[in-house]
Amino acid sequence: MVSLINEAFRRARDAKRPALITYTVAGDNSKKKSLDILKSISTHADICELGFPHNTPIADGGQIQTSAYRAIKNGIKINDVFKIAREFKLSKKTTPIILMGYYNMIYQYDENKFLKKCGSSKIDGLIVVDLPYPENKSFSKKCKRKGINFIQLVSPTTSNIRLKKIIRDSHDMLYYISMLSTTGGKLKVSPQNILKNYFKIKNQNKSKNVVIGFGITGKTIKSLKKADGLVVGSAICKEISKSIKKRQNAVTNVTNVVKRLKNKIK
Amino acid sequence: MKLKKGIPLIDQHDQFGFWGKRFGGSFIPETLKKPVEDLTEEFKKLRKDKKFIKKRDYYFKNYIGSPTSFVKLKNLSNHLGGAQIWAKVVSEANGGAHKIYNATVHALLCKAMGKKYIVGDTGAGYAGKMLSMAAKKFGLKCKIFMGAKDIKRQKPNCDAMKKNGAEIVPVYSGSQTLVDAVSECMRYWVSNCDNTHMCVGSTVGPNIFVKICGWSTAQISRELKLQIKSEFKKIPKKIKLINCVGGGSSAYGFWSEFIDFNKKQIELIGVEAGGPEKSKLHAAPLSRNAKIGVLHGAASYVCQDKEGQINTTESISAGLDYPGVSPIHCFLKDTKRARYTYATDEEALNAHVMVTKFENLNPSLEPSHAFAEAIKIAPKLSKDTIIIVNSCGDAKKDRDILKERLGKN
Repeated sequence: MVSLINEAFRRARDAKRPALITYTVAGDNSKKKSLDILKSISTHADICELGFPHNTPIADGGQIQTSAYRAIKNGIKINDVFKIAREFKLSKKTTPIILMGYYNMIYQYDENKFLKKCGSSKIDGLIVVDLPYPENKSFSKKCKRKGINFIQLVSPTTSNIRLKKIIRDSHDMLYYISMLSTTGGKLKVSPQNILKNYFKIKNQNKSKNVVIGFGITGKTIKSLKKADGLVVGSAICKEISKSIKKRQNAVTNVTNVVKRLKNKIK
Repeated sequence: MKLKKGIPLIDQHDQFGFWGKRFGGSFIPETLKKPVEDLTEEFKKLRKDKKFIKKRDYYFKNYIGSPTSFVKLKNLSNHLGGAQIWAKVVSEANGGAHKIYNATVHALLCKAMGKKYIVGDTGAGYAGKMLSMAAKKFGLKCKIFMGAKDIKRQKPNCDAMKKNGAEIVPVYSGSQTLVDAVSECMRYWVSNCDNTHMCVGSTVGPNIFVKICGWSTAQISRELKLQIKSEFKKIPKKIKLINCVGGGSSAYGFWSEFIDFNKKQIELIGVEAGGPEKSKLHAAPLSRNAKIGVLHGAASYVCQDKEGQINTTESISAGLDYPGVSPIHCFLKDTKRARYTYATDEEALNAHVMVTKFENLNPSLEPSHAFAEAIKIAPKLSKDTIIIVNSCGDAKKDRDILKERLGKN
C-alpha cells in the first residue's frame, strides 16, 4: 500500500512544485484553536507536522519554544495531542499528519502504547528530534510494523558513511536540516549550498522524499523550490504569537501566511 | 545490573553509552552526532597519550594546586561524639571548588581540537567561573549560560566570570535556573558546533561529557587514597565517604578510587537537595524516587511529571538545583553500591552554621548538605568509624543568601 505521505509528494510532483509542510504545536494557544488552525492551513499545506510540546526542548529556537510553553501552560496533554490529530483526520482523510517531539514524552507514555495510539489516531509519521541513528533502529522498526513512517533527520554535519546508513534504514521521507542551527534561525547558508547538499542526499536514492527545513520563511522559500518538500515551522509559530499579541484571529492570519508561502512555490 | 571490578566506572557502559543498559546514552539531535563523535575520538586518544597526561598533571599541580588538604575536624567530632569526622578540603583548589578540574580538562581538549571558542553552563556559578578562568589561562573565548535567577543569587561568581573576560548569557526561559542554562547552552552548541567546544559542567549530558567530567574530578579520590594511607598507615576498616549530589561530579570524583571496595568497609553516601522543609519541591531524584527519563541527552532518574515534562526544582543551593542526576549515580544506586539521601535547605544551613562555628572551614551550601548528613549520623557511630566529607566548594559565593537567611556577613 502506498503511504499517504508518498501520495502527498506524488501530487505535489505532478503539480511541478515542492510539497509544503507546515509545523504547528498542538494546543497552541488552545486545544480547539490549534485544531482550527490545522484544519484551515491544510487547505494549502500538503503535509502537516504537529508538535507535541516538551518543556526542555534542546533543539528548538525561540519561536517554537514560546509556542510549546504556551501550549503546556494551557494544559495540553499527550492524549489531547492524539485527539486533535484524530479529529483532524476525520475531516481531512488524505492529508498526512506527522507528530514531532522529544523522546522522553514517548518513553514515559511507553513506546508500544504510544505507537498503538498513533495507529488509532491515524498518525502517518513520526519525527523524534533527540533519537538519532543508530539508537533509533529498534523504534524505527516498530514504527514500520505499525505502518507509521519514522522520519530520519540528516544535517550538514552528517558524514557520508553515516548518511548512507541512515538512508538505507529510512522509510518514505528524510528531513534535511538546512544549517547548523536550532529551529527558526536566520538562514546563514546560501540556498545554492543548501541545494548542493540536498542533492547529495537525494541522488543516493531517488525514491526517497527529501525535505528541507530550518530557517525557511516567506523570504527564502522560493530559492529552495527544487526540493521535494519544504518545512515551515517557526514562521508560523511567530505568526500565532503576533496574532495573540495584537488580539487578532490567529486562524485567519496563519492561513494567510501559509497561503502566501504556497503561492511562492507554485 | 552489576558493577565490574578493576574498570573505572566511567568506562563500564555498553556500545550505545548506557550504564546498566538503561542509564546514560546520547539522546542528541542529529547535528550534534558528528561533534560528539569527534570529541569521543579525541578524548579516547588523548587519555592514553602520555604527553597529554603529563600536561594535565602539570596544570593540576601548578595551576589548580593539587593536592588539596585532608584534615580532621577535631572540634566538630568532639562536639558530636561518635565517629571521627574528616574533610577533604577540595575548596582549596584554585577558584574555590572542584569544578576547576573539569574546566581545565575541557580547555585542554578544546585547544587540542583546534577550537577557539568554549561555552558552558553553570548553576552555582562555579562551573562558569572555573571555565572562564581556564579559558583565560589557555587563551580561549568563553561564553557562560546561566539562569537569570541564579545570576541574582550567585553574584560573586558572576563578577568573577566577567573579570575573567567571559560573556554571561542570561537565560530567561522556564525556571531560570541550571536546567534552562544547560538547555540553552546545548542549543547554542547545535548552532555553533563547527568552531565551538561545549563543556558540560557536571557528570551529566550525553555519554562523552559524563566520561570527561568523571575522568577529571577523579583526581580528588586519587589524592584522597594516598592521604588516607599516609594518615592511617592502611585503609581503615570503617569509612563513610559523604558527598553532596546535584549532577554528581564531585561525588564521582570523591568516590571513584573506592568503588571497588566492599561497601561494609567503605560506604558511599550521596546527599541530594531536599529543598525547603515546607515545600513539595526538591532536587532529589535519587533519594525521592523519581522515575527514569531523558534529560539533556541522557537517561537518568529525573524529577518529572507523568507525561515526561521536567519538574521545577527548588533548593537553597544553586549548584544542586537540578532535576536530573548523573547516569553513573543512577547505576551506583541501582547496584546498591552507594546510598542516597537528602538534606533540606534548613538542615544544610544549620550544618553550615555548626561547621563554621567549630572549624576553620567555610563550606558552601552544596557541601553543607553533605555535612548535614555527617552531623546526623556521626553521634550514632563508633569512634573507629571515619567519616570523610568532601568540602567541595567555598561559601564566598553564598554571601548574599547567608546574609539574608542568617543575618550574617
